[in-house]
Amino acid sequence: MIARLADGVPRKGLWLLAALLLLLTLFPLFASGYLLAIGFLILYFAYVGQAWNVMMGFAGQLSLGHSLYVGLGAYAAAALYVHFGVSPWIGLGAAIGISMLAGAAIGFLAFRFGVAGVYFAILTIAFAEFARIGFDHFAWVRGSSGLFLPVANYTENDLWNLRGSPVMFYYLMLAMTAGAFVLCHALLRSRMGYYWLAIRESPEAAAALGVNVFRYKMYAVVISAAMTSLSGVVFAFYYNNLFPEQIFHISRSIELILGPIIGGIGTLVGPIVGAFLLTGLAEGLRELMLQLGIDVPGVKQVFYGLCLLLVIMFLPDGVWPPLARKLGLHR
Amino acid sequence: MSRLELRGVSKSFRGLKAVSAASFDVAPGGIHALIGPNGAGKTTIFNVVAGVYAPDAGEVLFDGRAIHGLRPDQVCAAGVGRTFQIVRPFAGLSVLDNVTVGALQAIKDVPAAKKHAAGIIEKLGLSAKRDLPASSLTLPDRKRLEVARALATRPKLLLLDEVMAGLRPTECDQIVAIFRELNRAEGLTILLIEHVMRAVMALAQRIVVLHHGEVIAQGTPDEVVRDPAVLESYLGEETEV
Repeated sequence: MIARLADGVPRKGLWLLAALLLLLTLFPLFASGYLLAIGFLILYFAYVGQAWNVMMGFAGQLSLGHSLYVGLGAYAAAALYVHFGVSPWIGLGAAIGISMLAGAAIGFLAFRFGVAGVYFAILTIAFAEFARIGFDHFAWVRGSSGLFLPVANYTENDLWNLRGSPVMFYYLMLAMTAGAFVLCHALLRSRMGYYWLAIRESPEAAAALGVNVFRYKMYAVVISAAMTSLSGVVFAFYYNNLFPEQIFHISRSIELILGPIIGGIGTLVGPIVGAFLLTGLAEGLRELMLQLGIDVPGVKQVFYGLCLLLVIMFLPDGVWPPLARKLGLHR
Repeated sequence: MSRLELRGVSKSFRGLKAVSAASFDVAPGGIHALIGPNGAGKTTIFNVVAGVYAPDAGEVLFDGRAIHGLRPDQVCAAGVGRTFQIVRPFAGLSVLDNVTVGALQAIKDVPAAKKHAAGIIEKLGLSAKRDLPASSLTLPDRKRLEVARALATRPKLLLLDEVMAGLRPTECDQIVAIFRELNRAEGLTILLIEHVMRAVMALAQRIVVLHHGEVIAQGTPDEVVRDPAVLESYLGEETEV
């Protein structure tokens, strides 16, 4: 199984991946609390970027409302924990189930009635906005006043209830990012992966070759939604507070797609590279400005915009594909 | 039983009759051609057979089974492969991956499907370009890729929509030889739309002539080229074949 997964991957690529994984594993040993928080954020964006990439990068379906699945996952697990003391690992089942249902509903409405391209993207925004407004008035999860998880100073890590130190969350996120990478790699090499790429390139030609376009688009949405909701669960237990106004907000949906766009849509490494570049540089910039005593609100957004502009102008395929060619790793 | 049979198939677009009451059949193992001037309804007939459009009236039978109203992927699964007149390669994928998508219809296992695809690529003389992205191919190669993809699905009936257009005579002869061989060795039934009369005459055992959406003649190539209605509407009085 593992041998087959590595089959055809350039040797050099495997070594680089192993080195990166080792580096990220050792990172908490010498990182300060602040650096660790940034490390967590980078991995978080690498993971959601990978999840979003399944839908857009593989199957060619643009979602601009992925905050919906983050939010649904976060609220499902957090509410079960707050109300019933249910472990997030069990809440995860509910989170994934609800997100898959939401994804299936959106996918069904869109694909059954031929809503495609930008119109599909608008539909995904609309559903995220429905959720944002709906959850603002959803009393069981405290509506717009926000849902808070009980917090204490933990001396021990309780992995079962996800209560503990940032280091625990960092390793959890690292495991998820690595898992998502392997999963996407396997998906891309499966029959489904070929069918997704075919649909992305030409749905008509794919159908003529026997691909049930509707079904495989649905799989892409549902798998992407499930993966994304997982990040929502971790998000909720890491930050311990949830506000519909924040978690479902469109800016969150946009933020999570910047990584894969800058790193390289449709590539496996792109979301990871993009997350490192964007989050790493943005936080570095913020720190630098702090040191210099310059306080300009919104500098991160301007930076994101600038990055996007430069990549679209000079590297329309993202940073990774040309970089991979330079490193001799191109498939 | 015919491999493919059309019975009174009609299809209109906003009142414009693209095909009206067309009936013909294709025998198993036969090579038949569909000819006619531009706008005669040839591609519409292909699209009806392939499941892109449902006919307004009439029936399409494949090995005696009604396939009109099925989706394109279901028609493909039933055993009909098709190429597009305006080529639709998966531009970002390699030639091998393009053909593998087709092969996965017949073979579910990815490595085995890849192997099958590589064999077909070889047969169509695209081996040297196997790992190039389809977007880098020339038009004749893209047409060959269309054929390779459709063949990879292991069809019983292959619909070829102007795959010789734009080919040089020698290239045309090469591809004609490939179709002859497939037909002879594997019993593949072929229905082709073609303007290149050189290819039609070399390949087709029977020809169906369409004009304004109606079948105005059908028969052997010799019968059709002497048919006064065909000469008037399509081939012209002076055509020498």
